[in-house]
Amino acid sequence: MSTLKDRAAAISAQAGKMGKTVYQETQEAKNGMFRRDYQKENGKVVTLEEAIRRSGLKDGMTISFHHHFRGGDKVVNMVVAKLAEMGFKNLHLAASSLSDVHAPLIEHIKSGVITKITTSGLRGELANEISHGLMDEPVEFRSHGGRGSAIATGEIHIDVAFLGASSCDPAGNASGYSRSENAKSICGSLGYALPDAQYADKVVIITDDLVAYPNTPNAISERNVDYVVVVDSVGDSSKISSGAIRDSKNPRDILLAQNAAKVIINGGYFKEGFSIQTGTGGASLAAVKYIRESMIERGIHASYALGGITAHMVKMHEEGLIGRLIDVQSFDKVAAESLKNDAFHKEVSANEYASADEPGSATHFLDMVILSALEVDVNFNVNVLVGSDGIIRGAIGGHPDTAADSALSIIVCPLLRGRIPCVVDEVTTLITPGSTVDVVVTEYGIAVNPRRPELAERLRAAGLRIVDIHDLRDRARKAIGTPEPLPFGDKVVGVVMNREGSVQDVIMNIVD
Amino acid sequence: MERLRRTMMFVPGNNPGMMQDAFIYGPDCIMLDLEDSVTMAEKDAARLLVYNALKTIDYGDTEMVVRINPLNTPYGKKDVEAVVKAGVDVVRMPKTETADEVRELEAEILKVEEELGCVGRTRIMAAIESALGIVNAYEIATASERMMGIALGAEDYTANLKTPRSKSGEELRLARETIVVAARAAGICCFDTVFSNLDDMETFRNEVEFIKTLGFDGKSIINPRQIEIVNEVFAPSQKDIDKARKIVAAIKEAQAKGSGVIAVNGKMVDKPVVIRAERVIQLAIASGIISEEEL
Repeated sequence: MSTLKDRAAAISAQAGKMGKTVYQETQEAKNGMFRRDYQKENGKVVTLEEAIRRSGLKDGMTISFHHHFRGGDKVVNMVVAKLAEMGFKNLHLAASSLSDVHAPLIEHIKSGVITKITTSGLRGELANEISHGLMDEPVEFRSHGGRGSAIATGEIHIDVAFLGASSCDPAGNASGYSRSENAKSICGSLGYALPDAQYADKVVIITDDLVAYPNTPNAISERNVDYVVVVDSVGDSSKISSGAIRDSKNPRDILLAQNAAKVIINGGYFKEGFSIQTGTGGASLAAVKYIRESMIERGIHASYALGGITAHMVKMHEEGLIGRLIDVQSFDKVAAESLKNDAFHKEVSANEYASADEPGSATHFLDMVILSALEVDVNFNVNVLVGSDGIIRGAIGGHPDTAADSALSIIVCPLLRGRIPCVVDEVTTLITPGSTVDVVVTEYGIAVNPRRPELAERLRAAGLRIVDIHDLRDRARKAIGTPEPLPFGDKVVGVVMNREGSVQDVIMNIVD
Repeated sequence: MERLRRTMMFVPGNNPGMMQDAFIYGPDCIMLDLEDSVTMAEKDAARLLVYNALKTIDYGDTEMVVRINPLNTPYGKKDVEAVVKAGVDVVRMPKTETADEVRELEAEILKVEEELGCVGRTRIMAAIESALGIVNAYEIATASERMMGIALGAEDYTANLKTPRSKSGEELRLARETIVVAARAAGICCFDTVFSNLDDMETFRNEVEFIKTLGFDGKSIINPRQIEIVNEVFAPSQKDIDKARKIVAAIKEAQAKGSGVIAVNGKMVDKPVVIRAERVIQLAIASGIISEEEL
């Protein structure tokens, strides 16, 4: 039994016992190609149509997308057009968010290709049509953390995820940035695509910059990727992110920013090692400037800044004022570049960012957040989704997640936008419950939630003018009058899901 | 205590959004303009708008001023009637050259006030914008009991002088000093001209420091972003505040003792020093450096 031949019977018997076949030596010659060339033909790269076919997608299934290419996104329209061409029907489109650029979906809804949508937001003509009752099934709106949880728990089961990437190698290692010379569509963090990559049955990466293996470091690992599709362009880079920092010169924004910064500085959490998230609105960005000055003056450092990361935050990180950047979405080119090059600028998934059911999600350790609003009501409830005309025109984003989990949530909102009052009796749609909102900053005064008397006391002691939120409502009403009730119909066109999975509000159709 | 007038913010009388919001930035005075910022075609509409703004918007403690059109235009008298009826604090007369013009305005105001039964409610300020106006500055400043202040309008003034405006403001020297001296002699307020380059805040700050040194009460401004700088410049130093607090404490002590002599560190304090100390305290409170309760 000293040769393989001698053991053949024993091998065969053992294989039989184990229910396996016996190994047969191949007669084919080994492929001797240079592996840089080899990988191009033997990786996961296929055409979009092949990827769709091989994914096993069927009518009635769920497809998903991310919104990191923002207003420049070409992936959603490209893929859905292909699905329509291939004759698919009755699909559920589960996007992390949708915007103006997705108006072509209207036709695909009318023709029955898309019959259900889940998203964080809707804007433009698509939002207008849906608000008027375009779809039979209501759109489900979730926060970023809420969507992450729903995907992780299987409440949203994604059959095929189509995820745009700024770079990808033939094995499927994908990023929102690129180190190649052909980089075209840079978006930075792919945080909102990560739950999809992790939990979808099949994952298709769509890129306009196929780079050589190994594309590392990366956001999405090849282990989660089934197919790679190369296209001319995944996005319009001028609309993906802005370049230089522009400080607002709008005096109202500056006033709001100064007031927000005063609340941050005097609220009791502005001390060594604090953490903060700010938005990208003019007032929010301007507030960062004042917070920075105060940090330098008092020698205070933040442990981390969270969220949509902006150039302002990167600058403070590089100055040593902020220890770490935790980035679920990079808002500008500077942030995207920093994410690529700085190991202390961490890319996180929507779940790691803001899931209610992940005890370690970053929002749970967040001290302060500055948020905007379309409307706030006298019970501190906030609406960021539906306009005062009853038409959907926004996105939930991380609003309810950060408000709920942070130690101090600050809503910055002008009292009046032209002839629209922003402090009202009752919000048009409930997005962020008043129980999670601590302070409302307007240009006419600062209101503190009566649930937080100690906070009001601290701010008063610092010389800030604290007003009753009812006075703000009265002031708005006096200037503008009481708006007529909106002409809502009786069809539910949208459902607002709480981040923990319950139904929080419904959006009715609007009648012209 | 005399009202603080560090900033007088110009707001076009045909811009409802700005009129509604103006006071939230905390200017000491707001000047709603019916004159240069309003075209001929919009004069009537702007007058109606300003009237309604004054009637309906709660401007809090802000002093409300309206710049009317000159009385020799078809709009001036109508402007006076409308704004006095609306209860304006101060009527600002543009391009004032003589004391008679002030008296003519006073007569117009009186006519409306008599009709309303509120004689004496409305005050007057005069903008001096010509060489003749500068020559007559003291007469203008003393032309009426209603005079609240005089202000320099530098654009028309330099055009009248046949010289361009410079960054250093050399050409305004005599006008500025004349206005300060005339106002002080008359016991009224004085305001410096506007600075319109919003991209050059450094030169603006230098100019505010300069006019403060000259003795102006405040500066005419065209944008809320200028308020913070003016207030910073006019804010007293900690050293001045400490000194003023000692003097104010000494006044209280003297009052308590029933003594007419105020002394700090054994030295007697003169009346002008007391007045200056009170103004320092007032500015310190307005600038948020100290609170009223602290005193």
